[in-house]
Amino acid sequence: MSVALVESRLDRAWAVLDTVLDPEVPVVSVRDLGIVREVIERDDGGMTVVVTPTYSGCPATEVIEKSIVDALEADGLGPVRVEMRRAPAWTTDWMSEKGRRQLREYGIAPPGPVVAPLSSPLRFMPRQPPKALACPRCDSLDTERISAFGATACKALWRCRACGEPFEHFKPI
Amino acid sequence: MQASIHVSREPSVQYLLRIGDTCLILAQRLAEWCGHAPIVEEDIALSNMALDLVGQARAVLTRAGKLEAELGGAMHDEDQLAFLRDERDFRNLTLVELPRGDFAATMLRNFALATFLKLLWLKLERSADAELAGIAGKAVKEARYHQEHAADWVVRLGDGNDESAARMQAALYGLWPYVAEIFESDDIDEQASATGLGPRWSELRDDWRVEFSDVIAAARLVLPADRPFRSTGKSGRHSEHLGYILAEMQHLQRSFPGGVW
Repeated sequence: MSVALVESRLDRAWAVLDTVLDPEVPVVSVRDLGIVREVIERDDGGMTVVVTPTYSGCPATEVIEKSIVDALEADGLGPVRVEMRRAPAWTTDWMSEKGRRQLREYGIAPPGPVVAPLSSPLRFMPRQPPKALACPRCDSLDTERISAFGATACKALWRCRACGEPFEHFKPI
Repeated sequence: MQASIHVSREPSVQYLLRIGDTCLILAQRLAEWCGHAPIVEEDIALSNMALDLVGQARAVLTRAGKLEAELGGAMHDEDQLAFLRDERDFRNLTLVELPRGDFAATMLRNFALATFLKLLWLKLERSADAELAGIAGKAVKEARYHQEHAADWVVRLGDGNDESAARMQAALYGLWPYVAEIFESDDIDEQASATGLGPRWSELRDDWRVEFSDVIAAARLVLPADRPFRSTGKSGRHSEHLGYILAEMQHLQRSFPGGVW
């Protein structure tokens, strides 16, 4: 007689969250993005998913909330509530290794580790030099930033001098 | 036509409105650049910064509306606060409502405000109001990025060619009289400081001055002399420009109350 593997509803919820993708980067799941902080099984049988926003004005936030509710309820884990928790603020350091690999394969250079900001932060010249960023296509380190901002709040535009291709960089914050 | 709402005079609500409205009106001004910036990268940058500021404004106005209700007043949501208040009930700094000017003026204003907002959010991370502290933890990262970006442009243009340097210096002369208002403290600040909601804005003046002057010096610009003039947007007495901004920003909700996408 085999022992049935009993998957808890909580494990199932996390597994479902592995399939809910960020609408702006539709290869990385919300779980690998590091924005799901907690999943709580409520007494009424439903689930509460605690999510932290990436950027204050990210227009994907509402879509992500709805996708989470739809996916979990479709799996019979509802009723689902999504709760926003701002503190502690999301950092790209919470992105999983798998998420970083998926970003790179998708053509977006993943964020490096967040460095503590200099105490005297700006000044034109003595900015902390960004670490060389590898081109997600050819791995060359001969790259340069062409725009501090990109198509979405989380990305900047870069260019590879070796293969000549422009690419996006997921900014470390 | 949707009737206007009025908001509680409660100092803590007013303190939050000053922050939320300053972010909101600056966002509205930056959004004017969409499709008009000198290069496409800056077009994207200005829209991105506007979006961050709208996000911050939404969070702070939502908190202001809830706080008003907690203190026994009416409950207003972010949309009601943004779209149904009259000019006199807005509490933004006069500096953010001034016309966007040329690219130099926009970048200089962004630099002045991002530097101020970064210092403010840093203090607000320790606010006695947990929700405000949470908003600040996120916003400070965004403000820091805006500050770096704007500082780069202030130096690039200020220390650029004759034309760009003259325009950046003219922007500095034009905007400088409105900077003083940021650091004027009053009873609302006193109350916020006493309850732990947030700092008196006057406490941020010295740190702001150091960071601002460093960049101005690197840009080879001349800091104008201080004058006694004080603008009064924080108290609801605005320049002639705010009414026009609101007319455009509020038109849809006033004409089609409750309209949604």
